[in-house]
Amino acid sequence: MNLFSDRKYVISTIFITLVVLFLIRLFYIQVINDKYKLAANDNALRHKIEYPERGVIYDRNGKILVYNEAAYDLMVIPKRVKTIDTLDLCNMLQITKESFIEKLTKLKKQKFSSFRPEVFEGEISLETYATLQEKLYKFPGFFVQARTLRKYPLRIAPHALGYVGEVDEKLIASNPYYRMGDNMGLSGVEKAYETPLRGQRGVKIVMVDVYNREKGSFEGGKYDTASVLGRSLTSSIDAELQQYGEKLMQNKIGAVVAIEPATGEILSMISAPTYDPNLLVGRNKKKNYPRMALDTLKPLYNRATMAKYPPGSTFKLLNALIGLHEGVINENTLFSCSRGFHFGGLTVGCHPHASPVNLKFSITTSCNSYYCNTFKNILQKYPKTAIGFNVWRNHVMSFGLGQKFPTDLPQESSGNVPTVKYYDKYHGSGRWNAITVISLAIGQGEMGVTPLQMANFCTVIANRGWFYPPHVIKEVDGGKIDSNLRTKRYTKIEREYFDMVVDGMRNVVMNGTGRIAQLDSLTICGKTGTAQNPHGKDHSIFIAFAPMDKPKIAIAVYVENAGFGATWAAPIASLMMEKYLRREVKRPEMEKRIFEANLLPRKEDWISKK
Amino acid sequence: MANRSNEGVLQNIDWVLVMLYLVMVTMGWFNIYAAVYNEEYKSIFDTTQSYGMQLVWIVTSLFIAFVILVIDGEFFPRFAWPVYGAFVLLLVAVIFVGAEVKGSKSWIGVGAFRVQPAEFAKFATNLALAKYLSNINIKIEKLSTKLIASALFAVPALIIILQNETGSALVYAAFVLVLFREGLSGNILIFGVAMAILFVLALLVDETVLSIILVGLAAASFIFVRFKMRNIMITGGILVASLAFVHSVDYAFVNILEPHQKKRINVLLGKEVDPKGAGYNVNQSMIAIGSGGLLGKGYLKGTQTKYNYVPEQSTDFIFCTVGEEWGFLGSVIVLGLFVILLLRIIYLAERQRSTFSRIYGYGLASIIFLHLAINIGMTIGLAPVVGIPLPFFSYGGSSLWSFTILTFIFVRLDAYRFQILR
Repeated sequence: MNLFSDRKYVISTIFITLVVLFLIRLFYIQVINDKYKLAANDNALRHKIEYPERGVIYDRNGKILVYNEAAYDLMVIPKRVKTIDTLDLCNMLQITKESFIEKLTKLKKQKFSSFRPEVFEGEISLETYATLQEKLYKFPGFFVQARTLRKYPLRIAPHALGYVGEVDEKLIASNPYYRMGDNMGLSGVEKAYETPLRGQRGVKIVMVDVYNREKGSFEGGKYDTASVLGRSLTSSIDAELQQYGEKLMQNKIGAVVAIEPATGEILSMISAPTYDPNLLVGRNKKKNYPRMALDTLKPLYNRATMAKYPPGSTFKLLNALIGLHEGVINENTLFSCSRGFHFGGLTVGCHPHASPVNLKFSITTSCNSYYCNTFKNILQKYPKTAIGFNVWRNHVMSFGLGQKFPTDLPQESSGNVPTVKYYDKYHGSGRWNAITVISLAIGQGEMGVTPLQMANFCTVIANRGWFYPPHVIKEVDGGKIDSNLRTKRYTKIEREYFDMVVDGMRNVVMNGTGRIAQLDSLTICGKTGTAQNPHGKDHSIFIAFAPMDKPKIAIAVYVENAGFGATWAAPIASLMMEKYLRREVKRPEMEKRIFEANLLPRKEDWISKK
Repeated sequence: MANRSNEGVLQNIDWVLVMLYLVMVTMGWFNIYAAVYNEEYKSIFDTTQSYGMQLVWIVTSLFIAFVILVIDGEFFPRFAWPVYGAFVLLLVAVIFVGAEVKGSKSWIGVGAFRVQPAEFAKFATNLALAKYLSNINIKIEKLSTKLIASALFAVPALIIILQNETGSALVYAAFVLVLFREGLSGNILIFGVAMAILFVLALLVDETVLSIILVGLAAASFIFVRFKMRNIMITGGILVASLAFVHSVDYAFVNILEPHQKKRINVLLGKEVDPKGAGYNVNQSMIAIGSGGLLGKGYLKGTQTKYNYVPEQSTDFIFCTVGEEWGFLGSVIVLGLFVILLLRIIYLAERQRSTFSRIYGYGLASIIFLHLAINIGMTIGLAPVVGIPLPFFSYGGSSLWSFTILTFIFVRLDAYRFQILR
């Protein structure tokens, strides 16, 4: 009764065939095709980026200039977003449904893998963060990432410190370290010291379940990289001095740079009008930056390092030094001055004063004629104007003018010291001489100097012939800064000539044009300047250092469209020096006059109450 | 006498089959533990978790197995009809009094305890079919025999469809293999395969295009078979039948199938891509299995199943855990065990003196096979998502009990074989 028993083979074959087919398929998806392994990692592994805290920046006395505050970003992995209660999320974030959808679609279309976490809403408030954290499981694809924001407790020195902002696509393309949504220093110290400040980002791979709940680290953290904390910086800026200087410069346009001559450390760097650096942090930046950029007073512009002003009469000091070195004048050389320098049809006017004039008196009274003669003699000492001019120019350059310093301030203008080539082009080769360019004698004409260069020039005089490139950071995590900034640079001019010029500068403050800067026993040496300005009222300039021997501070002050150097720039410089050297200012009337002076066409907008 | 037969049972049972059963059930238990592994409830014996409960099901299954083994072998053929009748009635009753779980009214509950009669109807149907076909006067060639035999498994299948458990009903198609073993023309299998191909084509290819192709094929076959009246009739008949089938498939697909069923079929055929909807299960299941690689991620180290990416990971998609944690090697072992089990059952069935026992054995093998085919096929994207468990592995009391009963009745019948006269 066992018919058809051969059919057991047919049935067995069917069974075996199917299982073999399954095994082939399994071999394909398990062993050959990698797609599923990647997809599984995409499912269950999250690369949590740990942003180390950005380095803190201290002032020279250990006061905090910049630190970090916690902030929370709502992140999204576009591919992972499922059908969610959009309205609920929108309400929590206080955005409209339309903008939500628009944002998400934009992120989904990005050329980068849409499995990569992107910032959906940056810097959500702490309250939003708290409610969101509870409900997050309802919104697959979304998670919150903590990071930090810069905070400036003293609200000072925005131009020196610079600001941090989101990287743009161009940078991401050129620098693989950065990703969409990352922050980096975009100006000032933040930019110059970006690498040590930012530290090293860490990645932690965690496993998550289907509800996005974390389930521990992947393979015991075998593939995790630890984040490296950003390194702290010590700035050479004196916060108290900086704060005081910013107050002096309020409602004025211009710049102040103070340098410690012995080290090249910048004690204070003010560009006015200034702004509260907190206005350019995170969300505030998006709101304020465009308006600040359009402000006609240019608060974002760092006048201290970028504005090119004529040096005016302060430049006479340099011509005196060159003249002495070149031997065309000596301490006792006399030039006459009858209300100016006259040559052929040309007159460079001068104010009425006694004549003839020797070196010391020429500085004290800022005699134009004296320097026109000196300058003319320097250039005419050589057989050809061009040769003489180049000798002169090389001296000028050796003071750090007409070039960028190897400094830690990324936004810097090189200023301008005209070249032979320039004049050859302008007047024709051999068709110009000392008289043609005589305005250089008194710091006018094509000369362009930044306040930083001016302060450094003053430093060179204070040091009697040398300087360190000026810089705002003195220590990186307690360690040394770049060796370039620790290399002394010398001029060719002899120390004795400097002493002669310094003598003159001392006399400026004691008996000359800068008497207003005088302060009892402080041996302040200075020089006024009034730069002619084709666009309006003259710029008020003053450079000074003190004490006369072993100088502690060298300073340059520019106040735009403010008239004589003695009127505004000199008192500001003097007050700053008093503040720095005495830590206390005892000239309330002068202080009050400066504080209250308003030289602006309108009110300043970007300073918060201090 | 009873005493002696009981001794005989333990001596005569096929320990190979029993060991296979025990190995697979144990593997199933450990895989369920891994699939829903919960660090807060680490004990595999914790009955608040499904792995603890599965142990309860296993122990009770062993008890059931023991009870079956001590029942007299004569009981099963004798009571095949009453058991079948009772289960058909129970299935009907479930439609009216059953509890609804996930849209299907197939559960019956006593307190917190629920079972799915559809699972148990399998062994009842198997018994009834074996009883009917083992009748000495039965001739499979007769149309009435074919119809009655088919009706025996079609009736419970239809009732189960009415319970909205299409997947479970599908399993009853397995009995066609039994009929084939007992002498049904092999054409039925060819016919079945042809139907399946036509079904897929009807859904994939435009109806008119497909009709033209079919007519073309028929015309071509005329040339080869020459113009004999009989051949023309047959070819013509096949053509007409095929056309009618294609049309009715289209009609049925558009008008009869539920939207979710249409979607599942469309996704399987690649006509629709829906990785988050209907395709989600299969997609995640294949990710889990595929990520296992050659040797797997290691026991309890899977992420896809443990962290709930794969839905139903302890029941219908239990094979994902095997694939993910044990890799291709594990897949080979598990599928290998199934092949050995199936071939062992066929070997045992063929050695029976009793036709009843043999047919029952084939029924058992066919049911296990169909479960295997659909379940594994589904997890690796070769079959539509039909919610049926993997025998011995999937979590669930009804399923495990049902397969235990199915298997151990056969073990009992096999042990009883010497007491049956040829």
